[in-house]
Amino acid sequence: MTAIIDYDAGNIRSVCNALERLGADYILTDKPEEILAADRVILPGVGNAAFAMESLRQKGLCELIKGLRKPVLGICVGLQLMCRDSEEGPTEALGIFDSHVRRFESSPEAKVPHMGWNAIGNLDSKLLRGLKGGCHVYFVHSYCPDLCPDTIATCRHGQRLFSAALKYENFYGTQFHPEKSGEVGEQILKNFLSL
Amino acid sequence: MVAKRIIPCLDVKDGAVVKGINFEGLKEVGDAVEMGVRYSAQGADELVYLDISASFEGRRTFAELVGKIARGINIPFTVGGGICCLDDASRLLDAGADKISINSSAIAAPSLISRIAGKYGSQFVVVAIDAKQIDGRWLCTTHGGKKLTELELFSWAREAADRGAGEILFTSMDHDGTKAGYADEVYRKLHSMLDIPVIASGGAGSIEDIRRVLDEGCADAALAASIFHYNQIPIPELKKALAASNINVRL
Repeated sequence: MTAIIDYDAGNIRSVCNALERLGADYILTDKPEEILAADRVILPGVGNAAFAMESLRQKGLCELIKGLRKPVLGICVGLQLMCRDSEEGPTEALGIFDSHVRRFESSPEAKVPHMGWNAIGNLDSKLLRGLKGGCHVYFVHSYCPDLCPDTIATCRHGQRLFSAALKYENFYGTQFHPEKSGEVGEQILKNFLSL
Repeated sequence: MVAKRIIPCLDVKDGAVVKGINFEGLKEVGDAVEMGVRYSAQGADELVYLDISASFEGRRTFAELVGKIARGINIPFTVGGGICCLDDASRLLDAGADKISINSSAIAAPSLISRIAGKYGSQFVVVAIDAKQIDGRWLCTTHGGKKLTELELFSWAREAADRGAGEILFTSMDHDGTKAGYADEVYRKLHSMLDIPVIASGGAGSIEDIRRVLDEGCADAALAASIFHYNQIPIPELKKALAASNINVRL
């Protein structure tokens, strides 16, 4: 059973749909006992990182998430909340990944938001097993996590090389949306479900 | 670098994908979800579903269909047609749409753009513009090209971007249906004056047409309907040819 954390952080239906397509059992919940009872946890998120962080705090889920010892996957803003802090707000975050989240600088060749299919490289984790460097995944974001020792995939947008995915112990995160990334995304979700 | 996108467009009436033939009528070409799944498996980067139902009943069928599409496909999709207020947009977001596209309603009430973008973000709002050239000026039309307005294409595109549109989907009514190529120069101009992505629509007849609008026309994405529906240009072949011409596409 996978618990998808429900904390009013934008549209998370597409994550539920993706798990349904893979035939995986899931529960959409903000209840600590249900999150603790699940085999793995997904922290989704769309929208503003500071609002999302405040919502996690109000639900009293911050310490619980940091204390989890089962596989946890943060997606997009969910990943950003697992970083040290974000310029969006700005806000302190959970501090699981040793990465700072900063805004892209807009330029004619690198429009902001960074939206669309982009290639990822330097793949290094069980989460990304079976994928080839240079494969494309779907991004929609204006802020991105810096490179750090936890980086397991990189992506370039204009002059910025940033962390497309991160891992620390049992915690994983993707800045892109595996649930919208076609067959590549499905492979990543399958990998996560078999961790 | 973000890849250039190939976007099949599906017109939906009362739940089925349809295609107009020589203004004589509509022909049903397939099931909306099945076609979406097939295009996605073939390598389409995104899909656009336009509701062309005129009836209330048709609109309700479409909202239900959006939920089915969201459950069925694993790539982003945009829905448009008949979105007149924030509530319409919210309903489609809740049903699972990644983006909505607005056209006539944005011209009638430009604040709709900022209202939707303010609530759900610019990435959710595509402003579609249908225009035709009259005495050297590109003028916007509404209601599927039936009504001509006094609004000038470039100033409206700029205003839409300033109001928070995340993308502009421009269809040249002069090129649409001709299969003689896109309005390349217009896309080039839109690209140079806007800092949001521009989607080209209207006129695709060959792989070369698509290559040209993405390269010379600087469009971020190329949208087409019939060439894909009738498999005149299979998407895998198209993308291989584009990659061979050094266009950055997802293979």
